[in-house]
Amino acid sequence: MSAPERDPAWLGRVFWAGAALALLWPLFVATEFRPWVLFDVQSRGPTMAFLSAFLPPAVGADFLLMVARETWRTVAIATVGITLALVIAIPATLMSTRALSISALSGRMAPLPALLRHLLRWTLIVLRSIPELVWALIFVRVVGLGPTAGVLAIALTYGGMLGKVYGEILESGEEHATHTLLANGSGRLQAFCYALLPQNAAELTSYTVYRWECAIRSSVVLGFVGAGGLGQQLDNSTKMFAGGEVATMLLVFIALVALADRTSAWLRRGLA
Amino acid sequence: MNHKRQAANVPYKLPPPLFDARCKACWFAVGLLLLVLASFWSLDLQWRAFLSMEAAASMARFVGEFFPPDLSGPFVRKVLAGAAETLAMSALGTLLAAGAGLLLALPASRTHAGDRAWARAPTRLLLNALRAVPELVWAALLLISAGLGPLAGTLALALHTTGVLGRLFAEAVENAPPGPGFALRAQGVAAGRVFLYATLPQVLPQLMSYTLYRWENNIRAAAILGVVGAGGLGQLLAFHMGLFQMGKTATVLAAMLLLVALVDALSYAARRVMTR
Repeated sequence: MSAPERDPAWLGRVFWAGAALALLWPLFVATEFRPWVLFDVQSRGPTMAFLSAFLPPAVGADFLLMVARETWRTVAIATVGITLALVIAIPATLMSTRALSISALSGRMAPLPALLRHLLRWTLIVLRSIPELVWALIFVRVVGLGPTAGVLAIALTYGGMLGKVYGEILESGEEHATHTLLANGSGRLQAFCYALLPQNAAELTSYTVYRWECAIRSSVVLGFVGAGGLGQQLDNSTKMFAGGEVATMLLVFIALVALADRTSAWLRRGLA
Repeated sequence: MNHKRQAANVPYKLPPPLFDARCKACWFAVGLLLLVLASFWSLDLQWRAFLSMEAAASMARFVGEFFPPDLSGPFVRKVLAGAAETLAMSALGTLLAAGAGLLLALPASRTHAGDRAWARAPTRLLLNALRAVPELVWAALLLISAGLGPLAGTLALALHTTGVLGRLFAEAVENAPPGPGFALRAQGVAAGRVFLYATLPQVLPQLMSYTLYRWENNIRAAAILGVVGAGGLGQLLAFHMGLFQMGKTATVLAAMLLLVALVDALSYAARRVMTR
């Protein structure tokens, strides 16, 4: 017996594909999806000029020096941002984690600490849910163009993220040791340092390293609204149609992201 | 072996000395500290300007200008249209990326032991490059050929997400149980049909869940993508903020936060329902 020549479910598949296309039509309209404008005469000229300028990438000594400086600034903005985010996240986690509640040892948490913990949690969620780009747009208005706006934007958004996830990590673990210490009269900070932290240190560090990697990526994006670093130069070169410079910076950026990716993967493997 | 430092209770060891030239973690900690210090030192951070009374006053004025938000009928309709555009951009971008990702995942995966998979390395390189460049950078580059508007944003989302999904799809295809594919291949069925009738049905649920997860991410990304001019709520935000129309900016910001919160809540609820 041989296999049937045609797919037995052929008719049904064609019908559902057609129905999906009909349902998707409004999406195409709403996003003005007309890919052929990419190829019409008006946009072909500048596109081809821009793309052909990609080769060769710009490699002037001055330019490369500038790219190196801006790359370092990108990394520095991410690093300072994460450091300040830790300054927000660590106290917020210590105050908001349920694992360190003394009143919760005997059943229910007292109403006042419970309220405080909920308020802190909501603050962290609000901090986290405003995208860093929006924070950067606001801070650029207040402190002017430059790295300060980028650092503050990363610090606030990532502070919220780290605080929330740290709390979840601390509460998901085994609580026996912490509760024993607390029940025997040790302070909250002691219980944290001798029970909660050693249990969860690897996971906490690994998450922090992962977020540092994300911060490098987002500090490039923040440059587009004027927060300094590689993104700002990329934006300038794109606006001046300097294809060669854009090509060099894209390559540097891809290499930087790959390097951060490797470093973070290596560190996390070491911690696991 | 250091004979001077010996524990009194022999089976136990002394804790290691605090600093040891061969301790990797110590060197790493020192390096980390240097990185942080160098970062603080090299950036000209204007703490004085930021922490001054003047900055606090300007921040307060800035936030004060947000109130009252512009809630007039026509503007709210415009914001709603922007939100709908954001949703449409994210949905279409994700859909295109799922298609392109699946197409690229085929050459990027080694499906059976005898597969030479000569295109695996170059395709993975392409996927990594697509993934490494963020949506916003793709959008800024695409503006040159696609012009201002949601098309650039949709394509930018599609390019970045293709990189992400392509890689995830390739992993899923490579990790699929090989049995059914082997049975078909032993019968002499060609590679394309083996994929369609053996591998794809097995990995489809996983591919769907990856795609939905990326869609959720992309709604968040699409909301801010417009800041460079690529359509949706972000474009409204950048436009009105540029004109210092703070009341309107506040409305757009509120719509953005609502959209993100809504997506978060829905995905949380969906996950609760599905994992229960």
